[in-house]
Amino acid sequence: MPDGDKKIDAKTRYSAGVLEYKKMGYWEPDYEPKETDIIALFRITPQDGVDPIEAAAAVAGESSTATWTVVWTDRLTACEKYRAKAYRVDPTPNNPNEYFAYIAYELDLFEPGSIANLTASIIGNVFGFKPLKALRLEDMRLPVAYIKTFQGPATGIVVERERLNCYGRPLLGATVKPKLGLSGRNYGRVVYEALKGGLDFTKDDENINSQPFMHWRDRFLYCMEAVNRASAATGEVKGTYLNVTAGTMEEMYKRAEFAKELGSVIVMIDLVIGYTAIQSMAKWARDNDMILHLHRAGHSTYTRQKIHGVSFRVIAKWMRLAGVDHIHAGTVVGKLEGDPATTKGYYDICREEHNPVSLETGLFFEQDWASLNKVMPVASGGIHAGQMHQLIHYLGEDVVLQFGGGTIGHPQGIAAGATANRVALEAMIYARNAGKDYLAEGPAILAEAAKNCTPLRQALDIWKDVTFDYASTDAPDFVPTTSVS
Amino acid sequence: MRVTQGTFSFLPDFSDQQIHEQVQYCIDNGWAVSIEYTDDPHPRNTYWEMWGHPMFDNPDAAAVVYELNECRKVYGSYYIRIIAFDSTPGWESIRLSFIVNRPANEPGFKLNRTEVKGRNIQYSMTPYSSDKPQGSRYK
Repeated sequence: MPDGDKKIDAKTRYSAGVLEYKKMGYWEPDYEPKETDIIALFRITPQDGVDPIEAAAAVAGESSTATWTVVWTDRLTACEKYRAKAYRVDPTPNNPNEYFAYIAYELDLFEPGSIANLTASIIGNVFGFKPLKALRLEDMRLPVAYIKTFQGPATGIVVERERLNCYGRPLLGATVKPKLGLSGRNYGRVVYEALKGGLDFTKDDENINSQPFMHWRDRFLYCMEAVNRASAATGEVKGTYLNVTAGTMEEMYKRAEFAKELGSVIVMIDLVIGYTAIQSMAKWARDNDMILHLHRAGHSTYTRQKIHGVSFRVIAKWMRLAGVDHIHAGTVVGKLEGDPATTKGYYDICREEHNPVSLETGLFFEQDWASLNKVMPVASGGIHAGQMHQLIHYLGEDVVLQFGGGTIGHPQGIAAGATANRVALEAMIYARNAGKDYLAEGPAILAEAAKNCTPLRQALDIWKDVTFDYASTDAPDFVPTTSVS
Repeated sequence: MRVTQGTFSFLPDFSDQQIHEQVQYCIDNGWAVSIEYTDDPHPRNTYWEMWGHPMFDNPDAAAVVYELNECRKVYGSYYIRIIAFDSTPGWESIRLSFIVNRPANEPGFKLNRTEVKGRNIQYSMTPYSSDKPQGSRYK
């Protein structure tokens, strides 16, 4: 983009009145971001007639120091330092009315170790700003100096595996269904059957808290009976994500303490509890040797539409800082939104030590995770044993594969459904390690494994034609020749 | 019952050829492979006895299979597992672990419940075999 208007002298700049944001110092096309700057990439859709550079400068202004008019009190501060600086605006490759705006923020603008403070700036006021039709936070570059102010995942992938004594394959889970209405006693039955049949985990759904049909203590007690029975039946460590989401922090701590007292290895929270509550629970989990599962309830309200909101890749980055151990990050092949390349980007954010720039997976910035623990992604929603080769191909080994309907809906029952999933998984990992082209030969590998496993045969027969093949609403915008510094 | 710890316990027991394939996969990834055995299969029994050190510089799975069969000669009635360690930064832990030998009869685990205050129950589990002293559990 052209440079736009240059800055002006101080006397003119601070005369009372209204000035374009780009003239106030929020547009600095020559600015070279420092290693310690936080950088945000926004997708900006200006209102008709609004100059994209002015729009970008306005975003920089409204997400840092500016207000709508000139204020003399700026001059009491090192205002040049505190102003966010839009330094680059590119047209998006595929949409003529949308622009990518790069904005750099001085590290001192942010309180150490607070997602609430970071987000109050970056997505605080600015998303309702009238000169923009729409605004989306696509990606962020977080400097090492800032990352080091966060605890990060309470447990991390490596220690989670060591605690569970489970290596070399994805973990297997299932969400108890129906999600609402079961009594504690009936609910525990589903947990027991699924774990005994071969799953590592079962899971409360996002909206199972403490309702009239099942209060939380009742659920926890029956679930732990089921977990321990299944552990004794198999010789394996088992777990069930006890959802401690509640109306107050005090209540969540109380529920988490009870889960600990009962010997659970894992507790669960929902994204809707808020960033501060998530960070508090992550600290509690670190202090109490607890794995912390996060269900991303509510995220699609702001992550799904490409022109407005916050990309899930940014939410994933915030959640790695905030300190969760598990996060739902898409399945590619299941029933919920998820383009393969975009989903790979989310998984890389969760699991890698270092992310290189990768426009094809939506990663606009190089990101060093500075030894922060890794987050285990969770794939859940409309997946089944017959897709095992695709799931391993797209999602890799360090992931929890959650087959809810694909376990509980098995014609021979829950334990049979669990066994089908476990056999399919082990057979596919075995074939992969043995050097087979498991993606191409997947159906044959499963059919062969099913010869020794009737439940797998039945699962393959019943779900073989189930696919969810819809166009994605959120895919990366890039042209292979674009270069990003 | 069948103790289903490890990556492949839901598959039929592996032949030496299948073990060889999996071990070679580990070696080719740069992981050090070791053999461990125990007569206490409790899932939180972390430290099985080591049949020698991890084979750090061994390029050939055949050497691991050879050592496994040596171990079987002495501890053929025990659980034996193969473990692969990855020393890559940020991992530095086990990457694959699978049982390659198990007792002919696996009696399983007793679940002990201690009823404490309220409706709370404290659980522990004990392998039935571990009532006997170490070394005389699976004869």
